[in-house]
Amino acid sequence: MRSLPATRASRLAPGFAFWRKTFAMLMKEFIQLRRDRISFAMIVMIPLVQLLLFGYAINTTPRDLPTAVLLQEHSDVGRSILAALKNTRYFKITQLPRTEAELDRLLAAGTVLFGVEIPANFERALRRGDKPAVLMVADATDPVASGSALAALSELLQSALVHDRAIPAGDPAPFQIVTHARYNPAGETQLNIVPGLVGTILTMTMLIFTALSVTREIERGTMEHLLAMPITPVEIMLGKIIPYVIVGFVQATIIIAIGILLFGVPLLGNLGVLAGLSTLFIAANLSIGYTFSTIAQNQLQAMQMSIMFFLPNILLSGFIFPFAGMPVWAQWIGEALPLTHYLRIVRSIMLKGSAFSDLHYDAAALFVLMLVAMIVAVARFRRTLD
Amino acid sequence: MSVQRDTGDIVIDVRGLTKKFDGRAVVRDLSMQVKRGSIYGFLGPNGSGKTTTIRMLCGLLTPDGGTGTCLGYDIRADADRIKRHVGYMTQRFSLYEDLSVRENLEFVARVYGLDNPALAAEAAIGRLGFRDREDQIAGELSGGWKQRLALAACTLPNPRLLLLDEPTAGVDPKARREFWNDIHALAAEGLTVLVSTHYMDEAERCHEIAYIAFGELLAHGTVAELIAGSRLTTYVVSAPSSRELNRLLEELAGKPGIAMVAPFGASVHVCGREADALEAAIAPYRQRRGLDWRRTAPSLEDVFIELMSRAQGDSR
Repeated sequence: MRSLPATRASRLAPGFAFWRKTFAMLMKEFIQLRRDRISFAMIVMIPLVQLLLFGYAINTTPRDLPTAVLLQEHSDVGRSILAALKNTRYFKITQLPRTEAELDRLLAAGTVLFGVEIPANFERALRRGDKPAVLMVADATDPVASGSALAALSELLQSALVHDRAIPAGDPAPFQIVTHARYNPAGETQLNIVPGLVGTILTMTMLIFTALSVTREIERGTMEHLLAMPITPVEIMLGKIIPYVIVGFVQATIIIAIGILLFGVPLLGNLGVLAGLSTLFIAANLSIGYTFSTIAQNQLQAMQMSIMFFLPNILLSGFIFPFAGMPVWAQWIGEALPLTHYLRIVRSIMLKGSAFSDLHYDAAALFVLMLVAMIVAVARFRRTLD
Repeated sequence: MSVQRDTGDIVIDVRGLTKKFDGRAVVRDLSMQVKRGSIYGFLGPNGSGKTTTIRMLCGLLTPDGGTGTCLGYDIRADADRIKRHVGYMTQRFSLYEDLSVRENLEFVARVYGLDNPALAAEAAIGRLGFRDREDQIAGELSGGWKQRLALAACTLPNPRLLLLDEPTAGVDPKARREFWNDIHALAAEGLTVLVSTHYMDEAERCHEIAYIAFGELLAHGTVAELIAGSRLTTYVVSAPSSRELNRLLEELAGKPGIAMVAPFGASVHVCGREADALEAAIAPYRQRRGLDWRRTAPSLEDVFIELMSRAQGDSR
């Protein structure tokens, strides 16, 4: 059995041929990877940016939670409690309402997450040993944010009062804290997570629907014919976004219905307002996806951009980690993400029963984000093949 | 007066058209006029600027230099109005492969704002023989039917000008012939057609042709005018064996006086720019045994290849 040297080599060393072919494939992949600048950048950018961004931004024991203090009496004790609250890093006193109704409004609108009420005659009752109550109202729609702050409050008040010699040290607290976990008395995380999932799922699906739409036309070669026809960029954009608004609306309906029926999430607010603002949120995400589509050169890049956008939406919007606990710069990034505003809207409407008048800031923010995305998309859309 | 005539008899009238990509001129100083109702053939090698020129005419590319009108509209300022009246058939199939024949046609009819898209699509289906295939997905059509569908789509909105970019590339001869019959029928109705092609037989079916190479329009006119204008002297040499022919081919190539030598089956075309020089060059071979020399008119292909090699020489 004699064969030619070349064939003998490959027969004698099947492993060698295997590795040589694998190497050929490997080299080709490297060359292609190097040509694809965006993919190349993503290899470095994704871990670096995400790690720095989220590493510094995320904090599960939130600080500086916006708090309103309602002082029903003007006494030294009241002042020292206020000073103690100001000194702690858990709370940040942003509002000093005059009446309980005003405090309720601040909570409903989401302006503050906590309300501390020092009732009238608190100091006198304290000195008499009547164990008066400090009322603590927490917006418990986000149990993670409220939990640790509530736990810290009791010790904080006691040490403040001891320090100011209002009460003797060492004794059991001569006052009680009546906490009221508003909107989610049992502190169930499901009530917080399920409305949040409405927004998260919609963000993901909506982005991808439109992110691929323009690049697909370019990759399949249909864009050339489309551009040669008398149709304008605005017409193309609206024609591509509107069908998915309906798709998104159906999705939102399914998720909200399951939330109510299976997870027992209440719907305290107006369904019409929820439907209207959900539609706005869906349109905003579709517009952003469409904008990516006009910037990306192929479908892969469009997908990569969507993922780059999706991660901060999850982590900086207040979906998983309390928004109020993030540093200010991260909150500013969060304000630029539609999910942040929608989470406030959907949680407020479902759990707090907020009305549109409580939500006009977030609604306006969604509208502005959508408009900006659309303007960028139309400006970026190339009407020629130049 | 001249403006009136432009919109009347001359459908395409461009001067000095130039287009650069990354600083490299793809189309250089191109001027052309196309008469109403004519079939204007656009010939030239790959990468010569045919597609770029067509795209500039329909507003898909912005010229870097030059002016002109298409259907009387300025090609820079009125691209939107040009689009309404021009049917553009792209080189690559550019309708939706995941829509059916009917759905594609209705989509096009709606984009052009036709009053009754369903009826317009219906008429096109009947006219181009799609009756049995109207519900077929476009991606599943054969190459010939895809071209036919693309033609149906670009004639649907009753354009006044058709721009066809290599419409018959990769299509079998029968489908090509039918395609050309359709184009002639459309031209007979007054439609102007600008068609780019690589096929010589198709060039001969055009009323007028232009030859473009290296971004420059080298020659234009009717087939007869181009052949006469080339002033090429051509001999067809046939030999009993292909070995004999190959030997002749090798010996003649590059000789002074001989512009080109090209095999055509059992014969060889030998062309020269000057009759005297050619005669002198081939004189030693005319007596070789077995070779049969006949002087003929150059073929269109001879003319084009000669034009191209001359342009190549100039640009070097």
